[in-house]
Amino acid sequence: MTAVVAGPTGAPQAAELPRRSSAGGSGLLRALRGNRKAMVGAVLLLIFAVLAAFPQLFTSVKDPSAHAFDLMLPPSSEHWLGTTAFGQDIYAQLIYGTRESLIIAIVVGGLATVISVLIGVSAAYLGGVSDGVLSAITDVFLVVPTFPLIIVIAAYAGKGNLTVMIVVLVITGWSYGARQLRAQALSLRNRDFLESARVRGERRSYIIVREVLPTMTSLILATFLGGAVYAVLTAAGLQFIGLGDPGSLSWGTMLHWAQANSALNTGQPLWVVAPGLCVALLGASFALLNYAFDEISNPALRPVRRPRGRRARS
Amino acid sequence: MRYLTHRLGFFVLTLWAAVTVNFFIPRLMPGDPASAMMARFHGRLNPAAIHAMQVAFGVDNTQGVWSQYVTYLRNTVTGNFGTSLTYFPKTVGSQISQALPWTLGLIGVATVLAFLGGTLVGTVAGWRRGGKIDSIVPPVFVVTSALPYFWVGMVLILVFSVWTNGALPNDGAYDINLTPSFSWPFISDVFRHALLPAMTILLTSIGGWILTMRNNMVTVLAEDYVRMGRAKGLSDRKIMYQYAARNAMLPNLAGFAMSLGFVVAGAILVEYVFNYPGLGYMLLNAVNNLDYPLMQALFLMITLAVLIAVLLCDFLTAWLDPRARSGS
Repeated sequence: MTAVVAGPTGAPQAAELPRRSSAGGSGLLRALRGNRKAMVGAVLLLIFAVLAAFPQLFTSVKDPSAHAFDLMLPPSSEHWLGTTAFGQDIYAQLIYGTRESLIIAIVVGGLATVISVLIGVSAAYLGGVSDGVLSAITDVFLVVPTFPLIIVIAAYAGKGNLTVMIVVLVITGWSYGARQLRAQALSLRNRDFLESARVRGERRSYIIVREVLPTMTSLILATFLGGAVYAVLTAAGLQFIGLGDPGSLSWGTMLHWAQANSALNTGQPLWVVAPGLCVALLGASFALLNYAFDEISNPALRPVRRPRGRRARS
Repeated sequence: MRYLTHRLGFFVLTLWAAVTVNFFIPRLMPGDPASAMMARFHGRLNPAAIHAMQVAFGVDNTQGVWSQYVTYLRNTVTGNFGTSLTYFPKTVGSQISQALPWTLGLIGVATVLAFLGGTLVGTVAGWRRGGKIDSIVPPVFVVTSALPYFWVGMVLILVFSVWTNGALPNDGAYDINLTPSFSWPFISDVFRHALLPAMTILLTSIGGWILTMRNNMVTVLAEDYVRMGRAKGLSDRKIMYQYAARNAMLPNLAGFAMSLGFVVAGAILVEYVFNYPGLGYMLLNAVNNLDYPLMQALFLMITLAVLIAVLLCDFLTAWLDPRARSGS
């Protein structure tokens, strides 16, 4: 996923983008509405959010973990996606599994972004030795393959705890964002508007919170979205190999049990395809929004609608 | 030269950090895995196995942490990882050297192919801005780059193996009825077995390279030196590959180094799904069997492989970019 956000990110200019003059929230929201990829991503995310919030509205099954039905039923009007080898309704499990995946994505994305901002922006602003040390730490975290490390940690720490998983994902997921944020903060450092704030005699904390961070909004959002994609995919992978809570309701755990019962070879492809598709769609919704933010913050990347002359460089 | 010494220094620093993390993880965890292991295998562990765990954990309590650390470093540098508990009495080193070629062959080749192919498609898409390729490429590959590796592998198994009644094998690296040799039947069988896992890695990782390369191309094409090339009347081909792509590749190379960790994660899961006898599959087996010496050595090996790949990227960058060579 990281590669998706790796596009060159210019200074964010979200507010001045849209040509549209229709009313509708802040500039960022309007920019989102004008971008097809962003719309698709946002609609997908909204659907998942509703499923996560009110799962009981979409299925009549009260306890999707209970072994309540006949085993291995094919899809029917009663069980839209059939039942598992344990007699659970696959459709109901999918609906109820949304919540855990979404929570992991948002919590990990959010916490990792906070760390990225703290480390990236302070590295850029402190400069000198502190910058050297913080950047080296960031690069080490970036390069060391985290997934085997997570597996080793999970093997020692004991598996099955949602908190442990979130903590581990946050620790291993912040470095990419920190590096990008540092680069952008460095490029902002000598801009006139910050110089004038310094001349006005503003405190450093004021400058960072009120002047620097707002200009970086778009990249910070991109960091959050990238972190969310990372969390969705990595958590699903960990649950799949059995390092999650085997009793929890989540897509990764469903895939784990499907694999453990060799669902592919026993004629139950839906048990594998459906939860994986949900992971993919949730990941894609974050990735699409992320890519759209790249286009919004860097107009050069946007799709060309009509042939134009070569853009003059500013 | 300064650039390369700098990168070599980073290589050593990162390797040291990984080795040290590997040393402290068992010590920071609640409980004591070493004594838990001793209890689990009570009466069945022979002295060599106990020694293996002492090498892995440095549980020799007569020593202080510092001298344990020094012993551990010496053992690691000399490649003495002790004895594997799962494959007792074979050494961890011999097990790893069996698995390594499979991983390098499958993951290495698939990753390099994905990078080269992705860079090429991205170059073309970025060059023909708004063309046919460019209108399809971004949305499609944003989605494919968010697919979970292991799930793509399972879907490929379903389509090409289960539904076709086993047209393509989905289990292991070669048919166990064949004896490994340099004969045509064996080599073609290895190739057939590698096809689906390699496709999985290719399909899921190529999107990232395409998108970054396309975006880099778009940015680079607006540069003055590209217009200069046009003004000089250079051919489109020359501008595209030697002016634009060469420069646009630089951030992509850095991105390659950074995304390797993600590819490794996917590769571990792919090996697991296909029972492919590489390092990742062995790592998961070691975890399931609580084979701590093997597990920790595998983590170090995977890290070493990734770091060497990153170093190769740095050398490539230095070769492509005179600015990095002169160290400005």
